[in-house]
Amino acid sequence: MKNFETVIGLEVHVQLKTESKIFCSCPAEFGGEPNTRVCPVCLGLPGVLPVFNEKALGLTVRAGLALNCSVSSFSKFDRKNYFYPDLPKNYQISQYDKPFNLGGYIDVWIDGERKRFGITRVHLEEDAGKLIHFEKEGFSGVDFNRTGVPLLEIVSEPDLRSPGDAYEYLKALRALLRYIEISDCDMEKGSFRCDANISLRPSGTKELGVKVEVKNMNSFRAVERALSYEVERQTALLQEGGGIVQETRLYNADAQKTFPMRSKEEAHDYRYFPEPDLVPVAVETEKIEEIKAALPELPAARALRFRREYGLPEYDAGVLTSERPLADFFEVAAALSRNRKVLSNWIMVELLGKLNREDLGIEDSPIGAGQIASLVELIDAGTISGKIAKTVFAEMFRSGRPPEEIVKDKGLVQISDEGELEKIVAEVISAHPDPVADYRSGKEQALGFLVGLVMKATRGKANPGLVNKILRRKLA
Amino acid sequence: MVAGGEASAADVTEACLGRIEEVEPRLGCFLRVDPEGARAMAARVDERLKRGEGAGLLAGVPIALKDNLCVRGREITCGSRILKGFTAPYDATVITKLRDSGAVFLGQTNMDEVAMGSSTENSGYNPTRNPWDPERVPGGSSGGSAAALAAGEALSSLGSDTGGSIRQPASLCGVAGMKPTYGRVSRYGLIAYASSLDQIGPFGKDVEDIALLLEIISGHDRRDSTSAPLEVPRYRDFLKNNIRGMKLGVPRECFAEGMEKNVEGIFKAALDTFRRLGAEVMEIELPRIPYTLACYYILSTAEASSNLARYDGVKYGYRAREYRNLLEMYERTRQEGFGEEVKRRIILGTYVLSAGYYEAYYARALKVRRLIKDDFDAAFSDCDCVIMPTSPSVAFQIGERKDDPLRMYLSDIFTISVNLAGLPAISINCGFDRQKLPVGLQIIAPPFEEGRILNVAYAFEQNTGFHKQKPELKGI
Repeated sequence: MKNFETVIGLEVHVQLKTESKIFCSCPAEFGGEPNTRVCPVCLGLPGVLPVFNEKALGLTVRAGLALNCSVSSFSKFDRKNYFYPDLPKNYQISQYDKPFNLGGYIDVWIDGERKRFGITRVHLEEDAGKLIHFEKEGFSGVDFNRTGVPLLEIVSEPDLRSPGDAYEYLKALRALLRYIEISDCDMEKGSFRCDANISLRPSGTKELGVKVEVKNMNSFRAVERALSYEVERQTALLQEGGGIVQETRLYNADAQKTFPMRSKEEAHDYRYFPEPDLVPVAVETEKIEEIKAALPELPAARALRFRREYGLPEYDAGVLTSERPLADFFEVAAALSRNRKVLSNWIMVELLGKLNREDLGIEDSPIGAGQIASLVELIDAGTISGKIAKTVFAEMFRSGRPPEEIVKDKGLVQISDEGELEKIVAEVISAHPDPVADYRSGKEQALGFLVGLVMKATRGKANPGLVNKILRRKLA
Repeated sequence: MVAGGEASAADVTEACLGRIEEVEPRLGCFLRVDPEGARAMAARVDERLKRGEGAGLLAGVPIALKDNLCVRGREITCGSRILKGFTAPYDATVITKLRDSGAVFLGQTNMDEVAMGSSTENSGYNPTRNPWDPERVPGGSSGGSAAALAAGEALSSLGSDTGGSIRQPASLCGVAGMKPTYGRVSRYGLIAYASSLDQIGPFGKDVEDIALLLEIISGHDRRDSTSAPLEVPRYRDFLKNNIRGMKLGVPRECFAEGMEKNVEGIFKAALDTFRRLGAEVMEIELPRIPYTLACYYILSTAEASSNLARYDGVKYGYRAREYRNLLEMYERTRQEGFGEEVKRRIILGTYVLSAGYYEAYYARALKVRRLIKDDFDAAFSDCDCVIMPTSPSVAFQIGERKDDPLRMYLSDIFTISVNLAGLPAISINCGFDRQKLPVGLQIIAPPFEEGRILNVAYAFEQNTGFHKQKPELKGI
């Protein structure tokens, strides 16, 4: 059995968050009744000309800088020619040999190890429309609302070595692009799309194997599964001594398999040539510097700082910096609380868990950053137990009220008064001779049962550590 | 005339409509005449004048428009069957400017399909006949606009010039026609043939009319990124009958390019006129003239193959009746909708952009284009204007060259280099041959020096008077 190494490169398309389309003034927003966000220009009617929306240039350069690319001082648009009904001009205005950004990288933390994946290029183009098939009626329509939405194409180097790498790369890329606020990166709305190129080669060799392009994956997991399937399929073929056919395959999520696309549809010669209706674009150094200066702290750097500044473990730092609003939320809370690790746990486990279940984002959280910090402070000060804190948390989430108020109103303050607890413990001991006898005969579990009875008697308010201590003393 | 109160806009418009009714059946200059629309526009001008309001520089001037300029609400076909039934939903920028200046639109003039041709015989509808001899072609592709003006069916007209399509028919019909500097006039709303070469320009009975029209249609347009952000001079101020000391360069190469003897004789007489007016006529060199045809037919067809891709039967215009699938719908629509010459050029353009041929053809032609521009730059360091015959021949017989594309292409040998170099040039009548067929003189200037051209052309007209001769329209 020979061993093979997997080589993967990804092409990601991201819709830019501009108000208007790339070459006309129609709104670039998602949705709308079919063909209501169109004009002669984006419909490619006879005689129209494109006019470049400079806002898209700013976002493109921003993305390039965040991906450590070098920004070209001279760039131009080209026409990519192919016939398809969703492309009204039957050519797409794209970039061929002079893209805005070249040669960058992104750092991704995978299992505690930093991996650096190269970015070949980041270029700008116009999005196409959408076909709508009316199966029953037997015809197809085209919705051109999406036509002309600015689209960034981010091409990675063939640096990824496993489907898992691909998954992590996509996660990190999306986090980064959301961080710099150039796109919503919403796969469901199509503002983030991914195609993959995958080939196998005998381990230890340098030459690339025959590459297969995989399309039609609608989630990061689907990308991972499609690629895993391809690794399996190609490995089996190679093991049998067979060859790989260079082709485009479509992923079928139900079958969790890839199938070849009909060869006719991929036989393209795009006949690129410079777009004569647009003038070349010069990006001045001052402009690049200006955009660079306006970049926020990026996720990788922020995660490092979280570890250093707040003493968080790598995992926590990674999760908390994965989205900019979440990281901002944590930082506000961290400024108000001393125990950052406990704070991190509460945000990551309780809050994010609850928000996920409710299908809410951190921006929609009914619990503010200051309130979650107060809750952690109450636990830290021994005012409430961790268990009570969960009840308080649930109430905070429901009503949005501050934790101190809930604790006070509901009388949830932890009983840490030893005299008061001794009385309750004494009552429990005298009322339950059996477990007492069990404990005394050496059954350690019986103690837990007795602690539970005390907690019950105090409706959970007893300080559990103290109860434990008193019980042991009295039963000794 | 109208603004001066000598005649009403309605009178002038009726005169043109009357002439149209009289001669159209024989000449076929128009594809569509719009008497009702014209009368309504004329009536609005007369009302404004009656109320003492300004009605614009072209108040009440009936104008004929080439069928590739979009006029809101009008059927515009670019002389092609493939656009039959297409109604433009917007006005070209030049159309807006003409409206604002009070012009009256008579209708759409015939042209070679998609502006590809030099005789108007390639029209998807009918040929146009030359008013000086109805057995002869009017030139092309703006043959309808030139012939309509020569026959008195309109007082002025607009055309477009990609390789000579204004100047050559102006020459063959004995009127004045100017191709402005690339970028002088907005192309927004001009149905594209070859975007980097196309330019809209005016036809006029004399240079004065050309100056006025040019002044109106010129200027930067934010809808056309390739339009020049320059002020428009008052072109009428250049109409001076004095060219003493002006240096006029005559390229040695133009005598070697198959010029007809009668044309050569009349051209040489025109040179004598210039000398008599105190200009210095000097020989210059444009060594790359022999390469212009090859260069032009690579670049223009490449751009055309892409520009014409949108005519696919999906959205508007002609769609084949019978097809079994999408591919067949595309193929049949284009096969049936486009004429022979257009298909020939689409195939040529597709070929030169194909993988493996791009460098040898397209990229090379771009370099040659640069050299042709350099030739002119060098010439203009010695002389103020370059003068040449517009066409190597007078109007030829209908059918004479139709089946000989290479011979047809030679009709533009003197005009094409001007488009490749992006320069302004005019064609004015400089005399008649023995058959009483007009011969055109071409005057070329550096970029944005249209004023200099108008000066030279005006002086010539004032001292010769050929422009005052009209065709007799015998038997029409």
